[in-house]
Amino acid sequence: MDLFEYQARDLFAKHGVPVLAGEVIDTPEAAREATERLGGKSVVKAQVKVGGRGKAGGVKLAATPDEAVARATDILGMDIKGHTVHKVMIAETAPEILEEYYVSYLLDRTNRTFLAMASVQGGMDIEEVAEKTPEALAKVPVDSIEGVTIEKAREIVAQAKFPAEVAEKVAEVMVTLWDTFVAEDALLVEVNPLAKVASGDILALDGKVSLDANAEFRQPEHEALEDKAAANPLEAAAKAKGLNYVKLDGQVGIIGNGAGLVMSTLDVVAYAGEKHSGVKPANFLDIGGGASAEVMANGLEIILGDPDVKSVFVNVFGGITACDEVANGIVQALELLKSKGEDVNKPLVVRLDGNNAELGRKILSDANHPLVQRVDTMDGAADKAAELAAAK
Amino acid sequence: MAIFLNKDSKVIVQGMTGATGMKHTKLMLGDGTNIVGGVNPRKAGTEVDFDGTSVPVFGSVKEAMEKTGANVSVLFVPPAFSKAAVIEAIDAEIPLAVVITEGIAVHDSAAFWAYAKSKGNKTRIIGPNCPGLITPGQSNAGIIPGDITKPGRIGLVSKSGTLTYQMMYELRDIGFSSAVGIGGDPVIGTTHIDALAAFEADPDTDLIVMIGEIGGDAEERAADFIKENVTKPVVGYVAGFTAPEGKTMGHAGAIVSGSSGTAQAKKEALEAAGVKVGKTPTETAELARELLAG
Repeated sequence: MDLFEYQARDLFAKHGVPVLAGEVIDTPEAAREATERLGGKSVVKAQVKVGGRGKAGGVKLAATPDEAVARATDILGMDIKGHTVHKVMIAETAPEILEEYYVSYLLDRTNRTFLAMASVQGGMDIEEVAEKTPEALAKVPVDSIEGVTIEKAREIVAQAKFPAEVAEKVAEVMVTLWDTFVAEDALLVEVNPLAKVASGDILALDGKVSLDANAEFRQPEHEALEDKAAANPLEAAAKAKGLNYVKLDGQVGIIGNGAGLVMSTLDVVAYAGEKHSGVKPANFLDIGGGASAEVMANGLEIILGDPDVKSVFVNVFGGITACDEVANGIVQALELLKSKGEDVNKPLVVRLDGNNAELGRKILSDANHPLVQRVDTMDGAADKAAELAAAK
Repeated sequence: MAIFLNKDSKVIVQGMTGATGMKHTKLMLGDGTNIVGGVNPRKAGTEVDFDGTSVPVFGSVKEAMEKTGANVSVLFVPPAFSKAAVIEAIDAEIPLAVVITEGIAVHDSAAFWAYAKSKGNKTRIIGPNCPGLITPGQSNAGIIPGDITKPGRIGLVSKSGTLTYQMMYELRDIGFSSAVGIGGDPVIGTTHIDALAAFEADPDTDLIVMIGEIGGDAEERAADFIKENVTKPVVGYVAGFTAPEGKTMGHAGAIVSGSSGTAQAKKEALEAAGVKVGKTPTETAELARELLAG
């Protein structure tokens, strides 16, 4: 989960990374009081999860509380690279900035370790720095057990060639930033820019944090950081039911078991769609191992509730789960939805293979549901589902 | 022969007495796996009956190894306790630890990987978030259904569980030497490369099927490895061509970030290494069939 800047700022503050004061608001009028609390002037910063907001006009200085209201009026509702601004941060104005640096910690999947990155060329897109002047970006592996002690932090700072007069202060920030990374189960913590200001202090002026969803069991406070307003309503409904669902932009609804098989199903439907007016998969939905009638009904309910869906492809390989249970699940799910008054009117193509496939197929044939068609191969079923979606 | 697991493997189950552990221990026993014990400090000294087979419960991995000579541990331990359980297995120096558990925090898997490394990698870790591995007709360490296929000469390595089953099913008439599910998390113990190297060295494997998916660069690195080190034919499949950027597709590691981790890049890297890559699982199985027929 990627966080907004103000949420990153709050986490940084919690773990001792030096930041400026700031608060988030969502109405222009609130900018006045927030600015008054900061002594009468502020920076109004659009909160969007995309880079380049400064260039897009999403960050403005306000010399008075009235001006802050005016700037917040301009920025709230603005579109920045397809992201609508719903919140702005009213931040303390930074003292005069003398230099801008870059520091981060992230997961290095390739080497199965963590990585510290640091550069004295901050304030710009770090991918650009990495590309144009790779020697200016120090990359230092961090052992997950040893972590970042002040000695390790000094090593990182030395490799990035920070000026001597700020080296120790930056090293101290590197330690607190590591504390943030570990304590919050983050996949990324990034400060850009980390600024040296006129007083000689080092301040984190902007930051990015991405959190590990798998750590939610020990991070109960992270749930509140979710941007529920921005979530697709179907995705939110699926999440509430404990389903692993991603909305896509096609017309063929997909239900399958196992993440790999469902990803593969999306691809196979997209290929089949090339022959049928270019129809595409409408979603990713993995119902996992069990595939009980209830889970199947929950999944179907989400997918049938998607107005973009024209046909549904249920693709199940029975591993430990037996296909007869899955077939019963589908039949019962359709009855369950009907009894709940749902208007079930989209054709379903079902492919069952693996454990007890013959039994499962027989159950579907015997049920003879007018909307359900059986196709016994994955490629064939994908073709049929695409054809049905294209015909609607 | 096969890789990592054979009929002589003595298997213990960490988390055997939980519901998932009980269910799958029973299934593994049914597939002929030599399960010599379970581990649960709170139930040490007791025995669990699985349809007439009595399996002793030990207080620790170390004790289980001392008393039974176990050399494989399969872990069905909830995410919150997985890190401690894997570290216990590493400390006991068990040669193979198969971590089935889904949902382990990355900071935990990175920590147990770093720990295994610091101990000289005496314990091979498979997973986490994987279905385990099977050597058909000999032993099954994990949750792969034992009745899909039979012993044969294809080696399979895959990030995905159900695609492993699908591929084993497609090629069930030919059979497999071993099938290894390495898992879909961002940090995993055994990689495609490790399995490719083992299959290359395995006299019972004639052809290797490699299944990858979006996220990371493991497939690209595997392609480089194949180019330099694998002489046996390799057939590949990559899932996730239609996955949008920035969305996690079920597996914690299955995410395209910016332009990195795309299925297209992985397919191209594999093809450049001489790997035949199928468009669908069925087509991939057909490619394997054609290559085996010569």
